[in-house]
Amino acid sequence: MTSASVQPPRQSTKSTLDHASGDKRFRILEAHMKKHQFRHDALIEVLHKAQELFGFLESDLLLFVAHKLRLPPSRVYGVATFYHFFTLKPKGEHTCVVCMGTACYVKGADKVLAAVQEHTRIKPGETTPDNQLSLLTARCIGACGIAPAVVYDGAVAPRQTPESALEQLGKWEAK
Amino acid sequence: MTLNDLHLIQARELAGKKKIILRCCMAAGCMSSGSANVKQRLEQAVAEAGLGQEVEVRGVGCLKLCCEGPLVQADPQEVLYIKVTPENAPTIVATLRGEPADLPQTDLNAPFFKRQLSVVLANSGVIDPERIEDYIAAEGYQALHEVLTEATPTEVVETMVRSGLRGRGGAGFSTGIKWGTVAKTPGSRKYVICNADEGDPGAFMDRSVLESDPHSVLEGMAIAAYAVGADQGFIYVRAEYPLAISRLQIAIKQAKQLGVLGSGIFESPFNFSIDIRIGAGAFVCGEETALMASVEGKRGTPRPRPPFPAESGLWGCPTLINNVETLANVPPIYRKGAAWFAGIGTEKSKGTKVFALAGRVKNTGLIEVPMGTTVRTIVEEMGGGATGGGHIKAVQTGGPSGGCIPLPHLDTPVDYESLGRLGSIMGSGGMIVMDDTTHMVDVARFFMEFCMDESCGKCVPCRTGTVQMHHLLCKIMARKATPRDLEKLQELCDMVKHTSLCGLGQTAPNPTLSTLRFFRHEYEALLQPDTFGPHRTADHASLPAAETTLLHLRQTYRARAVEATTRAAAETTTTPTTAK
Repeated sequence: MTSASVQPPRQSTKSTLDHASGDKRFRILEAHMKKHQFRHDALIEVLHKAQELFGFLESDLLLFVAHKLRLPPSRVYGVATFYHFFTLKPKGEHTCVVCMGTACYVKGADKVLAAVQEHTRIKPGETTPDNQLSLLTARCIGACGIAPAVVYDGAVAPRQTPESALEQLGKWEAK
Repeated sequence: MTLNDLHLIQARELAGKKKIILRCCMAAGCMSSGSANVKQRLEQAVAEAGLGQEVEVRGVGCLKLCCEGPLVQADPQEVLYIKVTPENAPTIVATLRGEPADLPQTDLNAPFFKRQLSVVLANSGVIDPERIEDYIAAEGYQALHEVLTEATPTEVVETMVRSGLRGRGGAGFSTGIKWGTVAKTPGSRKYVICNADEGDPGAFMDRSVLESDPHSVLEGMAIAAYAVGADQGFIYVRAEYPLAISRLQIAIKQAKQLGVLGSGIFESPFNFSIDIRIGAGAFVCGEETALMASVEGKRGTPRPRPPFPAESGLWGCPTLINNVETLANVPPIYRKGAAWFAGIGTEKSKGTKVFALAGRVKNTGLIEVPMGTTVRTIVEEMGGGATGGGHIKAVQTGGPSGGCIPLPHLDTPVDYESLGRLGSIMGSGGMIVMDDTTHMVDVARFFMEFCMDESCGKCVPCRTGTVQMHHLLCKIMARKATPRDLEKLQELCDMVKHTSLCGLGQTAPNPTLSTLRFFRHEYEALLQPDTFGPHRTADHASLPAAETTLLHLRQTYRARAVEATTRAAAETTTTPTTAK
């Protein structure tokens, strides 16, 4: 109840100092927080924006968000680690998300994942040592009608097989 | 905005309607098969053929038969082209002038389409979800106008009670009673939340509704808000659905511009605005108290109920939470009347239900059928049976909270009670078909792994119970388990089911219990003989107090588990089924 009624005091315009690193993205992030009037309940929205800008949430960034929203760092860290969507580690150049929803699973997503794992020698959630590929699994992307589905760099590919997945990985490696 | 303005927009839209409409599916399934390109090439081909005056290429929502995408439907010819490639575009346009063409198409009179009854999906695949004018042309926002000008909030609630609509999110609670409770609870500020955190793996109905007809959800929310006295709404939608999010954003913007959302809607004193909250990938946030914590920007952990959200919800205010499909049912109910809606379905489950049919079945996609349709009709007749000549073994409903309906029970009608009797649940509407290539113990393990990963960790039974159950299921799969492990698994299921804090833990054992009930032989085939002999009989007096208590608990749970199994078995045999 309190978080709605007790608004954090507005930040004065003078406080919009650049981040010590001089990175412009911090300024964009702060503008986003301002749009939400630095409300505590906007934390998840702010973290979404931060991840969109920086790719992942490093501790410095989390501290920045905590400071600006006037929240304890433990709360920001707690939220960032609770939700699967937020990542605290940098991602590779390319991402390959294998959907492991029920429909994809019964149609052989486990075989696709096994093939990719064997080829890249990394487990889901890891990135190759050369930072080229991050392998992830999704709980369900809602593309059950075209199962099994794999998301390559944000684009959903329908009806995947181990062969088609390796073909796509091969294309990236050739570049 | 007045009713007159609505009618003007509707008349203008209908007058400007072109003779031929090529409806191109732009829902996520077809989009990933390249339907955006198809649409672009169709527009190009129409322009090249000089048919711009007569033919409209319209991007629409889901055309339902997702497995055959990209889909294009030609009206009024009533031809549904399947697996359309951009290269097919000129040929499709040529057929409009009567030229014969040999393109793959599907029969619109097939049971997959003919058996459907569209209430929620009436506009899906028909209107352009990114144009509010299309929705208004389909009588959109007229129900909201009627409610605001001609009914009191109490009357609105009464109509909802009469319609008999029950929550489509899974539990099946009466929507009218829920609205009435929130309306009666005093509070200066109230909220309406649309739960679009469709986390069940294998379910995509809510995504399709949001992508195909976002305005129906907005209108439903506005009517609900008027009924309960709320002025602010939130739509909590998964981050995994970027297309649904963008269409909702467009829809909210357009509705605000036209004045059907915002302040003084239809020149009445009623104000209502809607904000989108994007989830961040936590299954537990589908549980209402966890969802509200997440809307408040916190970790999505549930809290004990009561107090229910209707009394103390978002920021302690009375809050109404309804699922996407429930809200999408609202405008048709007020447009066509509660009696019309109550005339569809069975005695206790009214209306229709949207199912996402997927898995090892020929026709996968979105179907909407009246309540009471049998599972066999859906899977065999509409779904066309198993793929690749396999045999259907079971149908899974309700995702990780539901259970399996085995082959002998396929004639069960889909309604809340019948599915409940089989140990499954209606759930949000995912229906996954499994054939003889699917190992049921592996399915149970799969769902348990899901629940283990998604457990928020707040209460102990769920946090540690799911880990232990998953461990036992892995042990069984690895052929290392003994009959005693199976007994232990059953005990644990019972314990987690009855002692967890929220729905996630309480329903996590369901897939395991359901497969244990109907496919016990598959478990037993993987067991090793018990090497330690029969259970040791403990001498209570020689044990320390703590251990005696533990032993007592253990025996209670064991007795209860055995009792539950016997009762379930008795029910199965006494329930008259018309299995062939």
